[in-house]
Amino acid sequence: MTQVISSDRVGPGGILSPQEIEEINADLSHYEDNQAVCIDALKIVQKHRGWVSDECVEAIADYLKISAAAVEGVATFYNLIYREPVGKKVIRVCDSVSCWVMGYETVRDRLKSELGIEYGETTADGEFTLLPGPCMGACDHAPVVMVDNDLHEDVDESKVKAIVEHYKP
Amino acid sequence: MPTIVIDGEPYDVDGDKNLLETCLQLDKDLPYFCWHPAMGSVGSCRQCAVTQYQDENDERGRMVMSCMTPITDGMIVSLKDEATQEFRDSCIETVMTNHPHDCPVCEEGGECHLQDMTNMSGHTQRVYQGPKRTHRNQDLGPFINHEMNRCIACYRCVRYYQDYVGDTDLQAQGSGAKVFFGRHKDGALESEFSGNLVEVCPTGVFTDKTFSKHFVRKWDLQSAPSVCMHCAIGCNTSPGERNGTLRRIVNRYNGDVNGYFLCDRGRFGYDFVNDQRRLAEPLVQQGDSLDSTDRDDALAQYANLSADCEVIGIGSPRASLEANFALQQLVGEDNFYSGLASSEQALHQTSLTVLESTSALIASLRQVEQADAVLVLGEDILNTAPRLALAVKQATKNLGLNMAADARIPSWQAAAVKNLAQNQRSPLFMLTPAATRMDSIAQSCHNDVPANLARLGMAIANAIDGGAPGVNDLDDQEKELVAVIAETLKGASKPLVISGSGCFDVAVVQAAANISRALAAENDKAAIHLVLPEVNSLGLAMLCSKKPEADLNAAMKRTVDQVNGQAAVVVLENDLYRRAGKGLVDDFFDAAQSVVVIDSFHNDTTARAQLALPAATFAESEGTMVSSEARAQRYFAVHNTEGYVASSWKWLAELNKSVSWTHLDQLTAACANSSPLLAGITLAAPDREFRLNDQKVARQSHRYSGRGSATAHISVNETRVAQDDESALAFSMEGRQSNLPPALQPGIWSPGWNSNEAINKFQDEIGGHLKGGDPGIRLLDKATAGTQSGWFDSIPQKSMPGSQGYRLVPLHHIFGSEEFSSGSNAIAQRSPKPYAALCAADASALEVDQQGWLKVELNSGQWTLSVAVDDSLPRGVLGLPSGLTGLGGLQGAAYGGSASISKTQSPVIASDQTSGGGE
Amino acid sequence: METPLTQNIGPGKAPPNLAQYQANGGYEGLRNALNVSPEAAMDVVKESNLSGRGGAGFPTGLKWSFVPSGENSPTPKYLVANGDEMEPGTFKDRLLVEGDPHQLIEGMIISAYAIGASVGFIFLRCEYVLAAERCEKAIAECLENNLLGKDILGSGFDFELYVHGSAGRYICGEETALINSLEGRRANPRAKPPFPQVSGLWGKPTVVNNVETLCNVPHILRNGAEWYQNLGIGADSGTKLYGASGRVKTPGTWELPLGVPVRDLIEKHGGGMQDGYKMKGFLPGGGSTDFLTGEHLDLPMNYESIGKAGSRMGTGQLIIMDDQVCPVGMVLNLIQFFAQESCGWCTPCRDGLPQIQHLLEKLERGEGSWEELETLAEFPRFLGPGNTFCALAPGAVEPLQSALKYFKDDFDNHIKQKCCPYG
Ligand SMILES: Cc1cc2nc3c(=O)[nH]c(=O)nc-3n(C[C@H](O)[C@H](O)[C@H](O)COP(=O)(O)O)c2cc1C
Ligand code: SF4
Ligand code: FES
Repeated sequence: MTQVISSDRVGPGGILSPQEIEEINADLSHYEDNQAVCIDALKIVQKHRGWVSDECVEAIADYLKISAAAVEGVATFYNLIYREPVGKKVIRVCDSVSCWVMGYETVRDRLKSELGIEYGETTADGEFTLLPGPCMGACDHAPVVMVDNDLHEDVDESKVKAIVEHYKP
Repeated sequence: MPTIVIDGEPYDVDGDKNLLETCLQLDKDLPYFCWHPAMGSVGSCRQCAVTQYQDENDERGRMVMSCMTPITDGMIVSLKDEATQEFRDSCIETVMTNHPHDCPVCEEGGECHLQDMTNMSGHTQRVYQGPKRTHRNQDLGPFINHEMNRCIACYRCVRYYQDYVGDTDLQAQGSGAKVFFGRHKDGALESEFSGNLVEVCPTGVFTDKTFSKHFVRKWDLQSAPSVCMHCAIGCNTSPGERNGTLRRIVNRYNGDVNGYFLCDRGRFGYDFVNDQRRLAEPLVQQGDSLDSTDRDDALAQYANLSADCEVIGIGSPRASLEANFALQQLVGEDNFYSGLASSEQALHQTSLTVLESTSALIASLRQVEQADAVLVLGEDILNTAPRLALAVKQATKNLGLNMAADARIPSWQAAAVKNLAQNQRSPLFMLTPAATRMDSIAQSCHNDVPANLARLGMAIANAIDGGAPGVNDLDDQEKELVAVIAETLKGASKPLVISGSGCFDVAVVQAAANISRALAAENDKAAIHLVLPEVNSLGLAMLCSKKPEADLNAAMKRTVDQVNGQAAVVVLENDLYRRAGKGLVDDFFDAAQSVVVIDSFHNDTTARAQLALPAATFAESEGTMVSSEARAQRYFAVHNTEGYVASSWKWLAELNKSVSWTHLDQLTAACANSSPLLAGITLAAPDREFRLNDQKVARQSHRYSGRGSATAHISVNETRVAQDDESALAFSMEGRQSNLPPALQPGIWSPGWNSNEAINKFQDEIGGHLKGGDPGIRLLDKATAGTQSGWFDSIPQKSMPGSQGYRLVPLHHIFGSEEFSSGSNAIAQRSPKPYAALCAADASALEVDQQGWLKVELNSGQWTLSVAVDDSLPRGVLGLPSGLTGLGGLQGAAYGGSASISKTQSPVIASDQTSGGGE
Repeated sequence: METPLTQNIGPGKAPPNLAQYQANGGYEGLRNALNVSPEAAMDVVKESNLSGRGGAGFPTGLKWSFVPSGENSPTPKYLVANGDEMEPGTFKDRLLVEGDPHQLIEGMIISAYAIGASVGFIFLRCEYVLAAERCEKAIAECLENNLLGKDILGSGFDFELYVHGSAGRYICGEETALINSLEGRRANPRAKPPFPQVSGLWGKPTVVNNVETLCNVPHILRNGAEWYQNLGIGADSGTKLYGASGRVKTPGTWELPLGVPVRDLIEKHGGGMQDGYKMKGFLPGGGSTDFLTGEHLDLPMNYESIGKAGSRMGTGQLIIMDDQVCPVGMVLNLIQFFAQESCGWCTPCRDGLPQIQHLLEKLERGEGSWEELETLAEFPRFLGPGNTFCALAPGAVEPLQSALKYFKDDFDNHIKQKCCPYG
């Protein structure tokens, strides 16, 4: 009955899908310990589910054999891990300095009225969530808006409707 | 020794410390939050800023964080420089922008480090008028309150919880100004040491929930130097009382023993003192019932009951040396019995023999922390001696500290040391019957029945020193384990072996003794620590060492066989139904002419008494206890007894017509004289005559309020202050409050330092020993060891569990296995229900799962218990919890034996009973 | 004018694949490096005077030399490319990674060889998804062609390289916080000393370099230190990715000799101010640098002269403030960012920035008082260098402190007029 501690790196992982587990395992291979995969695991789960629920935090903890509190501590530290449900598409409006100088507020306000929601809210049909975001590294094309991973540059009021339409189902 | 200049004054200082510690050690007041003497520096709060100058000509200087600044010879600094003073003020102002203005209702008020530091920094005016951030608090279980709005984000709680203790369910969450410290969701904190958060948190985020129920301000508490009663480690405590109720326990620093921290059993186990089941008056049997009586009648009753017959005395490992000694004197040495079953008596006597003759150091907790390789043989220390386990956890960090030293990173650079070491630890080997919560930090661990663990231990000793007896027929895996452990211990510079009586197996202790002896032959730093089960187990063993065969079973046998019907039995603070099978105890009491019990509580034993005398608890009495490191320590009454309640030793002195002991000191001295082993105990603390400038020591603070009105509802006349004739302490605010001998220090306070952080002022160096010496006196150490005993050479047979029924092993619980603390509500809430544990393979062979029930039959009784699957248990082994309420009658003697078990139906559960109990 | 860093990059141009990259001289620098000892390779970089492009301008060769070397030194050693790039107004590393991933990878292999690192990470901010994809693809090409992995080009040198996407947090750009983040922890910075070169990722020697810094390395090894030194103007070595955003006619990023005058950036490359707008001031190197104004236009854009003028060159990416935006509002926007992005570790930053934000919000709404303005003016000193645990907070208050210097009237007017004069 001799057990040498920490020989097996992963636990059962509860509700994680085989796909998620496979992707997490791929990352596990090149880090020193399981904690290092924590952020990636959160991102993987978010990629598949849109956001990270309490159960997912526990499942990741379970799988990586670290405490749920440790996963939660990381999940809540980073801006782009969503711990609350979001719409199918997340629209982020850059509100940092270059976009501010270029008058991003009109874009923001137009988005709000177009979608009928405020920052932090999701449209009733569950399609869009609107969030402010920090500088997106495209300041020469300010104002910018990101819809999921797509960057929209040189946005102005007039372009807002077309962008939203483009992403409507 | 480097010299540094602080505000123009030169000082010779210790170069290994950081500048903050150095300043504090020089008695300078410099505010800080994130630094903690046991946890080092991380530089987050920025409160400890000082100005450092390049040389004499540098007039501007530059601001540095003193906690992050190493000492260099010739360095010039200023604490008074205006710019940094202003900065420190602004830091306070800044954390205060979010801090609620709730000091009047905050339980930290009056002993709040934040209040102290606010004062110290000089901050008075706050200009911020914006909104404050708010948090939702969590339910953290029965021990700890959570009030996150008070948080100043010093990160001490999580650093303590994760880095110092190694638990992970409390974490920093969120970021920026919204950073939150808590669990991932509501629930009891998992750590066995969560209570220290109360003292670690510099403000009122984490406070003592048990204290809340009967809260008073620190300055309104009456306190005394005391010793924890809940295991044999002997942590020093400072219990606080108000209006006859014990309100709480806080840590009392002892540099050799508990340092800054207690375990949760010790901190939250006190409430039994206030329990309804306290015996308040003498009780005399009248027909079928016990009726109250007064003191004189009780004494007369005793005279009657004991007239013309032998009097047999049953002592107790939970009573003081003095009380046991008084009983021994009352009944005569020939009639005094230990109150322990033979198996336990043998175990404790073996431990004593080992400690008396050891050539290894007997490790204090401070020495445990310094070990660089630790073998734990048989003992689930986290549950039987929790504070020892916390010390072992520190020992595993020594590798990291050594790595840091090689990389020239100072040991106080906490985060840097941790980052460098990552998961590397000094070796710890856990050889225990079942998995423990220490295993995750062990290099390797191994679970087996005690006899086989003893064999491994014997083999390790033999591998270190060929002179030690060897063990045949180990399998290859065992041989490899033995080789690795032997090699590691041998190669260590401070190897430590920990064992104890938790397995109820003498061979385990003997094996540990052999290992330590083998190590000590080559290494004078080799150390041993043997855990004993109860607060005074070792003291009782010393008192009984001349007649080790005089145990409870002998007393029973003698009473039943020889003096049947002609002996009065006097039982001292001992519920014998926890020590021996019900049948045996019943027969014993039946055979006695009369049973006299001195105890603090109603229990199964007092229920059999013809006369029960109400004994004071530790909170109302005084005496000497001997801890498992053979340290004799004195505890003192926190408050006076009420009514007829009296210290056991006082009752016994009164019952004894042939002596005239009027004071504890006389008993202590007589006890010391009775045996060379105990000769030192008078030195454990100053005696009752001790005075400082003709004054006694005050138990109450300068600010103790309401003395005149405390009894105003009874009489408008101010009542006379209770007198303490037994010690140099007074039940009063009059008396000395400062420069006290450590053993008489009721609590910690220093001007401007109202929290326990004031301890810095009382240490010879930060984190070192107390000025004037750490309390207590070591009765044994290798220096005092007499003749070196030979090797223990009886090697147990290989145990093949499953061959004849299930082999029983004990499982211990920090919450639940110990008698006193189980009587405290908060602890009871955390105690498990009785269960039977076995591995998954056995469970499936029996066709039961976690929801199932088992009928467990032993010689001493049978129980229906719910199943707990514990896959660390070998096949054929049954783990039963030790000492749990509801498993009465399951004594140590049963362990090691075998049981037969079978699947059964869930018992019919009485409405108030949720799980299977004893039958 | 030579533009080695952007030679393969152009608008609408796909990044070169391995063959294209090599056709243009790619991986020659690596071959040169592998032909000499690691020490010699490091010496070339030292001689080149390459200074870090992450903001502080610390000499790269010197930084590398603190990594313990020799047989008994700790292993593995790590090299990390810092592509967090969350500094407001900064968008140069994205261009380099998206535009020419092999350049970064080659720079990393050479740097790793010089410092003895066996594992590398490209740490990219979360939004740089395209950059991450292109890096992954380039890495795969390298693995196929023995440019990464074991025994690179038969030299006996092994190097593994991975892409790590952040989860969004400005503080991750701080090198020690980045290390914590790579370890999967909360990205609080670490105390220095010990420096990462001694004890970094998982306690092992680690070098963190900015993406742009690393992209210079292949060219230095290919063309030599002297060539590199001559690229810069005066004492400065090499080229730099400068940029400008705000109301200039042609905002963008340009590779120019280190030390060009500020005026060139705005007027020549940025095309001057848009019609109807005047320049009122500018942040020379990202959101955490002090404002400069029209009087500074003729300064050479290098670490020293911008530093002397009371600001920092930072990332070299100008943010132009025109005369139609409110300086108080602009400072507030920046402070909001920094308050939100504070990691929450040290007191002055965590609880100080929200206070500044609160005061600025009141002021901007026209509800501020003279006392509050005075209080506000004290904060830059409170959050100054050395007072906080890392450089985030001191950077955060730089725009405020310089705005109070150059645009005090605007602050005053908010109080006098009880509203924002800019409407
Ligand atoms: C708050 C803060 C954010 C930073 N962000 C970045 C960043 O996004 N990218 C970067 O290369 N350096 C950043 N740095 C600087 C890094 O700490 C580090 O100095 C740099 O990566 C070193 O690279 P270099 O030597 O090549 O310049 C930041 C520093 C601070 C204090
Ligand atoms: S200055 Fe302090 S709180 Fe702010 S980001 Fe740095 S360490 Fe974190
Ligand atoms: S005590 Fe020094 S920074 Fe907190």
